[in-house]
Amino acid sequence: MTNKNNTAENNHKTTVTPLDDTPDWTFDLLEQYQHEIARVADFYRLDTYTNQIEVITAEQMMDAYASVGMPIGYSHWTFGKKFIQTEQNYKRGQMGLAYEIVINSSPCISYLMEENTLTMQALVMAHACYGHNSFFKGNYLFKSWTDASSIIDYLLFAKNYISQCEQKYGISEVESTLDACHALMSHGVDRYKRPQKISLDEELKRQTERAEYLQSQVNALWRTVPKKEQQENEQKYKFPKEPQENILYFIEKNAPLLQPWQREIVRIVRKISQYFYPQKQTQVMNEGWACFWHYTILNHLYDEGLVTDKFMLEFLHSHTNVVAQPEYNSKYYSGINPYALGFNMFIDIRRICEHPTEEDKEYFPEIAGSNWVDTVHFAMENFKDESFISQYLSPKLIRDFKLFHIHDDSDNNYVEIGAIHNEQGYKKVRHNLANQYNLSNLEVNIQIVDANIDGDRALTLRYKPHNGVELGNSKDEVLKHLYYLWHFDVKIIQEDSAGEDQVIACCPQKKEDE
Amino acid sequence: MANFIDRRLNSKNKSTVNRQRFLRRYKNQIKKSVSEAINKRGVTDIDSGESIVIPNRDLSEPTFHQGDGGIKDRVHPGNDQFSTGDRIPRPPKGQGQGAGQGDASDSGEGEDDFTFSISKEEYLNLLFEDLELPNLEKNQLDKLIEYKTVRSGYCAEGVASNIDIVKSLQGSIARRIAMTSSKRKQLKMLEEELLALVNDKHDNIQQKRELMAQIESLKEKIAKVPFIDTFDLRFRNYAKQAVPTSKAVMFCLMDVSGSMDQATKEMAKRFYILLYLFLSRTYKNIDVVYIRHHTQAKEVDEHEFFYSQETGGTIASSALELMNDIISERYNDNQWNIYGAQASDGDNWADDSPRCQQILEQQILPKSRYFSYIEITQRAHQTLWKHYQQVEESHTNFAMQHIKTVADIYPVFREFFKKNTHSAA
Repeated sequence: MTNKNNTAENNHKTTVTPLDDTPDWTFDLLEQYQHEIARVADFYRLDTYTNQIEVITAEQMMDAYASVGMPIGYSHWTFGKKFIQTEQNYKRGQMGLAYEIVINSSPCISYLMEENTLTMQALVMAHACYGHNSFFKGNYLFKSWTDASSIIDYLLFAKNYISQCEQKYGISEVESTLDACHALMSHGVDRYKRPQKISLDEELKRQTERAEYLQSQVNALWRTVPKKEQQENEQKYKFPKEPQENILYFIEKNAPLLQPWQREIVRIVRKISQYFYPQKQTQVMNEGWACFWHYTILNHLYDEGLVTDKFMLEFLHSHTNVVAQPEYNSKYYSGINPYALGFNMFIDIRRICEHPTEEDKEYFPEIAGSNWVDTVHFAMENFKDESFISQYLSPKLIRDFKLFHIHDDSDNNYVEIGAIHNEQGYKKVRHNLANQYNLSNLEVNIQIVDANIDGDRALTLRYKPHNGVELGNSKDEVLKHLYYLWHFDVKIIQEDSAGEDQVIACCPQKKEDE
Repeated sequence: MANFIDRRLNSKNKSTVNRQRFLRRYKNQIKKSVSEAINKRGVTDIDSGESIVIPNRDLSEPTFHQGDGGIKDRVHPGNDQFSTGDRIPRPPKGQGQGAGQGDASDSGEGEDDFTFSISKEEYLNLLFEDLELPNLEKNQLDKLIEYKTVRSGYCAEGVASNIDIVKSLQGSIARRIAMTSSKRKQLKMLEEELLALVNDKHDNIQQKRELMAQIESLKEKIAKVPFIDTFDLRFRNYAKQAVPTSKAVMFCLMDVSGSMDQATKEMAKRFYILLYLFLSRTYKNIDVVYIRHHTQAKEVDEHEFFYSQETGGTIASSALELMNDIISERYNDNQWNIYGAQASDGDNWADDSPRCQQILEQQILPKSRYFSYIEITQRAHQTLWKHYQQVEESHTNFAMQHIKTVADIYPVFREFFKKNTHSAA
């Protein structure tokens, strides 16, 4: 294989005949392009997992969509719903399918859609197989929070385990458990504690052991009831000792009446949620990085004379579509396009390194004029969206995007322009844009504060509003799911303006019961 | 480093399970949607799939998310008119603002209901779920009258046209091997002996000659075993197998007298179509006979049946008589599963109703699988209804229902064919 590739490379170097640019791809052509792209990626020091490039049909792409990019998903109605939605939209022509999907695993699996032209396949390979792939391998969040080598095994384990449960305990029961877990999925993440690596062997080995152990722990909880009197003299026993933000973890370990297999399902959902958590935090960076590299690599190939003008025109057409940013008053506007922001930021970092202006030297003294390859690698490896933006968003880019900040206080009947793209506004715009990507501002801060295990085992959660934003009105529905897992009363409290705790939601709802 | 894998030929419909799970979960809503659709849709396209509409709120997957109020700071691109400190009246919800975040459908933005298509198969399954044809099993066994010829192995005797050449030649080879085996063994021995003699230094002419003679005679004997023998012949065997007949005839009887207006006929038509679809799930071939009547009955084609207008009085028995005649003429009840459906607005010449009852009880019902009567009227029941009620009491394969509006059709239809309704009888 390598020998063959080497000779191919030599041929190109000596003759510099451009690669074939026919619209129809073949596996031979894909190999050739892949080989050249790999060579350039290596030149720019992109470190990747081994690529596993899979060619699939549009229908399979919709499948992959429906299972939120998990190559092996367990069965659940929501995936069916997503598939139907996607299929429906696709058939009506309301949306095109993504050109690619890439999975954070080792080997890194990327899907190429059969319908793509050769140019698109090359773009996708540069984008996914070298851009995203190197991001997965290099970024600190992925390094410390996910274990790419074991995820496929784990997903397989999860799928099999859940289908076994369906056979043993019935589809409906498993479905209800999964529904409940999905409702709490974004609260199944350890935000600060680094998770342990998961490995299939260990999972299997420990699973039975764990189920038994957990059950015995729960029984121990029950046995605390008679001891109540002894403890009364001492301090009132508080459980959990500290508020718990990982609701699913708390449920898995402490829910009194949950079956062992249900605990395992809670755990599976939790693990999968944890696996996707870094992706949520690095959307701008990840997409920006991938776009930056497909752009840089393919331009590099063009400079070497390896791809034709025709190829470049088609590539630039697609590329421009992907990184377009509609303005706020456009009918296509739906927030800031992470591809556009990320791509332009990386391009801008390179510009600051190569051609710094006085302004850049003032704002970015440490990177202005430095080696751009080093700098972008450093940026990719050590940041997430929030910190990346607050570190690298330059005044020039703010001007290019004409960014402005709107301050919306629901007490007023107007919204106020807080800052615009001028000298006084740069830092404020940058600060607010960075906050916009801070997950702890976006996601609801809700924690388990009390489980009252000596009493009626009622579970109390506390909602801490961010900037006075209320909890959305689906809270009652979510509480029903939590109640399903906990089996005893659950309620959410929130401190009102007078400093008193108010119950804002509870399940079962008392009024209706009586 | 890269490996290419072609997955295009991998199993398709990977998400079928998930789709089924989805349909299963929303069965009630889907069923509701189907039964609403049956009343809305055009009568002619009833055999196609159906779009199912489910309100989005029923489908939502709830999560904790941020709601209204409080302070929100957002950054947007493309400033073309604003300066710091500008105050703008808050734009109405769902416009320009806040679309970048999370679950848009949960935050009150008007989104369409969830619409999707189900296939014709899925549609019919849902439409006729829990329904069955009454009396089907009970009668099927004693009317095994159609035969199908099926292959059933081989036999040693038969007509020449049924000879199975391969089987016969296999028999021939087997017989020849069996009949010559001892001779061939002997032959082999003799040939070896001969070879030994040839190789011997002495010339044993006499012995050689004897051996050669023996070999010759053995070879002759072997050759005499016939190539094919009547014993070898195998004939393909056929057997007749009784199969339950899968032919059905559906009689549509309708009153077209002056009192039946187009809307009433339309309702009847929907009922007939439902019945037809339902029967087509059980029977491969269905004949439909349309009989319209006022004072006289007439067999007509579909178009005339539904759309041509007639006036005059009503004698329902004429249609029943005609139906009976047609059965005896063309649809032998040993071979055909006979279904009848009569629709009327209840008007009938009073003296004729007992006669209708008589024809039904004596002639038609004994031959029919099922006979249903629907009365489409807003008024009080008349004599025909009363007499039919007596029939219903004494016959299990007769059923009657009253339809007032279009919306009643599907429920009434379900009522007719509800599972196990008549199984106790």
